[in-house]
Amino acid sequence: MSENQESRTARTLAREIRDFSRMTTGALRFMEVCGTHTMAIHSAGLRKLFPDNLTLVSGPGCPVCVTEKSFIDQAMLTARQYDACLVTFGDLVRVPGSFGSLATLRSEGGRVRVVYSPMQAVNIAAEEAPRPVVFLGVGFETTTPTVAVTLTKALSEGVRNLFVLSAFKTIHPPLKLISAQKDLDGFLLPGHVSAILGSDCYTYLAEEFHKGGVVAGFEPLDILLALRDLVRMTVEHDFQIINDYRRVVRPEGNPAARSVVEEVFEPSDASWRGLGVIPGSGLAFKGPYARFDAAVHLPVEVPLTKDDPRCKCAAILTGSITPDRCGLFGRECTPEDPVGPCMVSSEGTCAAYYKYGVN
Amino acid sequence: MCLAIPMKLVEITREGSGKVDAGGVRTDVVLAMVPHAQLGDYLIIHAGFGIEVLDQDEAQVRLDLFRELAEVTQDLEDA
Repeated sequence: MSENQESRTARTLAREIRDFSRMTTGALRFMEVCGTHTMAIHSAGLRKLFPDNLTLVSGPGCPVCVTEKSFIDQAMLTARQYDACLVTFGDLVRVPGSFGSLATLRSEGGRVRVVYSPMQAVNIAAEEAPRPVVFLGVGFETTTPTVAVTLTKALSEGVRNLFVLSAFKTIHPPLKLISAQKDLDGFLLPGHVSAILGSDCYTYLAEEFHKGGVVAGFEPLDILLALRDLVRMTVEHDFQIINDYRRVVRPEGNPAARSVVEEVFEPSDASWRGLGVIPGSGLAFKGPYARFDAAVHLPVEVPLTKDDPRCKCAAILTGSITPDRCGLFGRECTPEDPVGPCMVSSEGTCAAYYKYGVN
Repeated sequence: MCLAIPMKLVEITREGSGKVDAGGVRTDVVLAMVPHAQLGDYLIIHAGFGIEVLDQDEAQVRLDLFRELAEVTQDLEDA
């Protein structure tokens, strides 16, 4: 499509969103669950197209944002106590823990290696042996299969010095909690998490909670289309799950990806920044894969952590407030010198508001 | 973090891995999650892994829909 055509499509969709939104006198409030959607919405300037009564709030699907400060502390203590090499995705490097970030650790001579793929950790383990190598396991259903495949390879190759510190999370448990919010009308559902889970797995949102859900792609037009469908369902009280990302997401998802995750991990309780401990929302190692568990094989005493009481990341992550309502936002908390994780992560809500403006 | 982009599968190097291309840039890809992928398929790549094969028919359906929606605005502007 030409740029002109795309712009016309966007205008048609924006008009349809406006027309449907006029069919209610109430406020329309939707949540984009996924941090990648947050960035896409802000960078494309889509919020300018929304009618006044439509609000889009960010959800818990930003892995770095929902990771507890104590996880960073645990990683740093593990590195120090066992002279371990930490392997991580880049997003985590600048997240502040209680005593600095991984960047601090590196500046003090600690080994922190940033990877693009978890598979690189296997080679790094060979290079660093016998030093323990700890992969920092942060992410949702899109990422966990890539780590699971990596561990099946490490197991079959008999790699002894590779470990994973697991803060992996699954999206359904928090989604069920958040669905109980009365003033939330529906969800823009994550595209790539759904590529793994499928679009059929969300029916409870419509059936139990009477909320619409639309699985959306990441192009600006994909997001506008999904929003139009959300607004329409809400004003017509026609709650269902619509898949607007069919070119990637199948109704049944990707069973091969899920089966390798089930081979390596089993559900466990997990602690979420902003939401607390949610039963069954994390992943623990299963059977022979327990040998990779950094928390068990490289134990450290993590002191109790305290978040800055002025930091509002918790309320922002659950869609209760927008970043401009936090007193630190843009003053004491900026991407250069962040207080909370929502400002650090490239897909955090605060980072998006800071970069692209509040309105 | 769940960022993933479509890239074309241009080489299957050995069992379970291959190479993908986007705009002349080639990178290694693990095919464990998309064992049915064939040369020429567009894969959705996340963290060095193909997580799904792009459905070309569905991509066309989307494009047709967006073209139709573009015409609605075109007609309004011409009227």
